[in-house]
Amino acid sequence: MTADNPVISCKNVWKIFGPDPESFIKSMPEGMSFDEIRAAGYIAGVKDVSIDVHKGEMLVIMGLSGSGKSTLVRCFSRLHDITGGTITVEGQDIMSLSEKDLIELRRSKMGMVFQSFGLLPHRTVLENIAFPLEMRGQDKHTRRERALEVIKLVGLEGREDYFPRELSGGQQQRVGIARSLAIEPDIWFLDEPFSALDPLIRKEMQDEFLRLQQLLNKTIVFITHDFDEALRLADRIAIMKDGAVEQCDTPDQIVLHPATEYVRKFTEDIDKARVVHAGVLAQAQAVGEGEPQDSRATVHDMARMLVNDSREFIPVQKNGTVIGAMPRKDALDILLGDNA
Amino acid sequence: MTAATTTLPSSPRSFSNAQIALAFVAVAVVLTILQYIGLLPAWMHRLPEAIIPNFASVLDTVFNFVKDDLGLLALTRFLTEGLEWLLDFSANIFFGKRRFPNIGPIPWTAMAAVASVIGYYLGGWRLALLGGGTMVWTALIGQWEIAMQTMSVLAIAAPLAFVIGLSLGIAAWKYAWVDKAIKPILSVLQTLPFFTYLLPAVIFFKVGPTAGAVATTIYAIPPMILMTTLGLKKVSPEVVEAGKMSGCTKAQMLRHVYIPSARTEILVGVNQVIMLSLAMVVLTAFIGMPGLGAKLLAMMGSFKLGRSFEIGITIVLLAVMLDRMSKAWVIKQPEHFERGTPLWKKHSMLLLGLGLFIGFTLLSLVVPFLAEVGRGQDFSQGKELDNLIKAFLNIEWVKATTGFLRAFLNVQVLIPFRNFMLSIPTPAFILLVAAFAFALAGRREAIYALVFFSLVALSGWWDRAIITLYSVISAVSLAALIGLPIGILASRSKKWSERVLLVCDTAQTFPSFVYLIPAIMLFGITDVAVIFSILVFAMVPLTRYTIEGLRNVPEEMTEAADMSGAKRFQKLWSVQLPIALPTMAVGFNQAIMFAFFMVIIAAFIGTQDLGQELQRTLAGTDLGKNFVLGICVSLMALTFDLTIMKWAADKKRMLGLQ
Ligand SMILES: Nc1ncnc2c1ncn2[C@@H]1O[C@H](COP(=O)(O)OP(=O)(O)OP(=O)(O)O)[C@@H](O)[C@H]1O
Ligand SMILES: [Mg+2]
Repeated sequence: MTADNPVISCKNVWKIFGPDPESFIKSMPEGMSFDEIRAAGYIAGVKDVSIDVHKGEMLVIMGLSGSGKSTLVRCFSRLHDITGGTITVEGQDIMSLSEKDLIELRRSKMGMVFQSFGLLPHRTVLENIAFPLEMRGQDKHTRRERALEVIKLVGLEGREDYFPRELSGGQQQRVGIARSLAIEPDIWFLDEPFSALDPLIRKEMQDEFLRLQQLLNKTIVFITHDFDEALRLADRIAIMKDGAVEQCDTPDQIVLHPATEYVRKFTEDIDKARVVHAGVLAQAQAVGEGEPQDSRATVHDMARMLVNDSREFIPVQKNGTVIGAMPRKDALDILLGDNA
Repeated sequence: MTAATTTLPSSPRSFSNAQIALAFVAVAVVLTILQYIGLLPAWMHRLPEAIIPNFASVLDTVFNFVKDDLGLLALTRFLTEGLEWLLDFSANIFFGKRRFPNIGPIPWTAMAAVASVIGYYLGGWRLALLGGGTMVWTALIGQWEIAMQTMSVLAIAAPLAFVIGLSLGIAAWKYAWVDKAIKPILSVLQTLPFFTYLLPAVIFFKVGPTAGAVATTIYAIPPMILMTTLGLKKVSPEVVEAGKMSGCTKAQMLRHVYIPSARTEILVGVNQVIMLSLAMVVLTAFIGMPGLGAKLLAMMGSFKLGRSFEIGITIVLLAVMLDRMSKAWVIKQPEHFERGTPLWKKHSMLLLGLGLFIGFTLLSLVVPFLAEVGRGQDFSQGKELDNLIKAFLNIEWVKATTGFLRAFLNVQVLIPFRNFMLSIPTPAFILLVAAFAFALAGRREAIYALVFFSLVALSGWWDRAIITLYSVISAVSLAALIGLPIGILASRSKKWSERVLLVCDTAQTFPSFVYLIPAIMLFGITDVAVIFSILVFAMVPLTRYTIEGLRNVPEEMTEAADMSGAKRFQKLWSVQLPIALPTMAVGFNQAIMFAFFMVIIAAFIGTQDLGQELQRTLAGTDLGKNFVLGICVSLMALTFDLTIMKWAADKKRMLGLQ
């Protein structure tokens, strides 16, 4: 999962909104809290965030409304100029890019699905979806072909010539998704891309993105409010509060070892058994006997076995080789909801 | 009136403002009393001639320098040629002037058919009827050629204003400094009397259609700039971001994202450009441009009321047609066709229009009447209408009423008021205006008022300026006396509000010129006719904003008043009116601006104000004087504009309405 060079790397990134953020951040005392900054008349949209996103990774960002998720992602794509820190994309400091290079970067590498869709009101579904291709200078025929392909993929056949205002919210959202699918960017920013979809299409779309990610090794930053969705998709989850990233780790670690009280509260209601995998519980030095479990199995998957079995240590295998054993008690604790 | 308004309630922090204002008023009153008892030295009453600087000749020198030495004239004469070519082209198409491309004139039947199809496309059969009907009326009443003379200039001036306005609007949106530079120029331009555009246009761009087109274009540009900037600012940020993420360059952003997304505002701008252009093109009659305006001017001059009336109707019909069609265009959203719709069906309207056009053109080759309504073939009832109007005016009670109004208003109200205003010493008058601005708006506006009116005094046209102001104030006051009650009554029911608003909307599209027709009909060539035409013109915004203000009072507030047992009148007086007042003030302001505009136009009936002098300058090349006069009008109008708008904004903020 982790390649050596992160695709996106941000160090101590700040994004402050207000009348004069540049001079504010210079004169700001160290360790000022979100509320103190707000009392000074500024909003810390992103507050001292350091995070890396690796190639082929799906990073899910979660947090309450207004916690700065969209703002952070906008900083990644330089839709916002950051106030402090550095962001590099594939080794290039994006704040130092010229207008031309930035356009080139966006055209060749990036795609984004917007929270409120951002459809061009005067263009039909087809023209909206073909828009990025048009900007890239593709000829009319090719981009039409491609657009029709993705229209089919998102299930909007027959609506090619509709205008956005003639579509329902979910349909509009699918146009936004299709627009970014059409270009299959290497780096994908998805801001609550499925929020308006019904469960059926939502699942189809999730599968589609998972498929693309695995098949083409895409890097995806995904914002959602829905934990189930996050768990299905995420390699890692970043939890934000008041502009800062409270914790960024794999789902298992987040539920097993919340870094802060806030994260613990935030993840309280999750059924841990569905999150934690055998692979995480396995201790390398421990030795178990009998039939091994697959490392990707969740505690929930193993429930029946855990209850009926009597082994103390259960071996865990990954891709056919045993990597250790997990204590059955630990797994049972998680299953039964006792805090280990 | 100035003194009375100072006692109006003003914003809380201006408590001391009110005191200063009161002090100003006191000084003014003392000065005036001194004048009345003959103790005021003459130089305190009016500025002595000797110290009045000759702005006009200074300006003339500057103009001459720019015109000749800097070669501006050479440049504009060069531009003139291009413009002339365009105008000749459209003149050939519309009314068959013998110029390139020598294919016109288009038969009136073909034009009518096309107008109907466009109307149908934009707004269904009602607009089709309006479009076709207007054309048919114009042709049958025998005014086709003059109407097309007007339209041929409009067809060039309006698109020109659109293009220039759009570009400047984009520049102002993009560069803050352009915006800063343009804003004050725009507010001056919008208050500058139309005649001030005309003379420079004539001098720099040759008499006739070219000068008319230039003046019209310049007059119509400002709203286009404002609407463009407004629209571009309103484009949703996510749409912009979507454009950026699609890798748009700056030019692509503008072309594919911003401008299409600002479509509605830009089209509203187009509507305003068209309407202003029409209003102005008619007025270019004053520099001898042929067309509806010139004919109307001639007919009114020789008191041929029947024909004037008919031309008035033509102008009004054209105005309403253009307005409704361009508004329908604003609302019209693109619609999709089902897949597999054949090409001819997608473009059925275009094909229908083309077909009818060609059909009627061919048909008119065989039937000349369908090409042109010849002399003596028209259905004009000018003579008969003349007699009818004269008979009407001679009916005993009508005669008695107009006669009474004429005599009463003139002798009892207008003339005494005018004389009173003239008797106030110049410094006292300036102080009164400053006090008005102080009490209503604040220190900044008061300083503006002081400076602006002092400049007017220095211009040497003080008496004429006061007469202008007198016409404006009396007309607006009378308009308020009639317009406010109408507005208040109408606002009581939704149905009546809508009806009256519709009337106001329609009336507002009429070019100002036509308001002179009923005035002259009823009151002949008198001061009362001038006041009457201004009054009607200014009543429209007053009534309209009163209704809008009252109808938009939040429901909770009236309900709260109901619950506390307020009577209808109490509710109106203590709840609805105070909340509606800022909006009504905007209407009041517009009424004053309209009045300043109209008083200058009405000058040709014969007044002794700035307007008359302005019209005189049109005959010569007295550019300096023309400008001084124009600026005087503009300065007075600006004073009111700044003060009232500031007051309305303050008040709105205070009431939490913004
Ligand atoms: N352009 C802006 N100007 C000023 N403040 C902004 C701007 N954009 C965002 N903010 C502020 O930054 C904070 C974070 O906003 P952001 O949109 O990133 O939240 P979010 O986590 O995406 O919320 P949601 O889940 O509701 O989408 C908010 O307090 C918001 O008001
Ligand atoms: Mg968001």
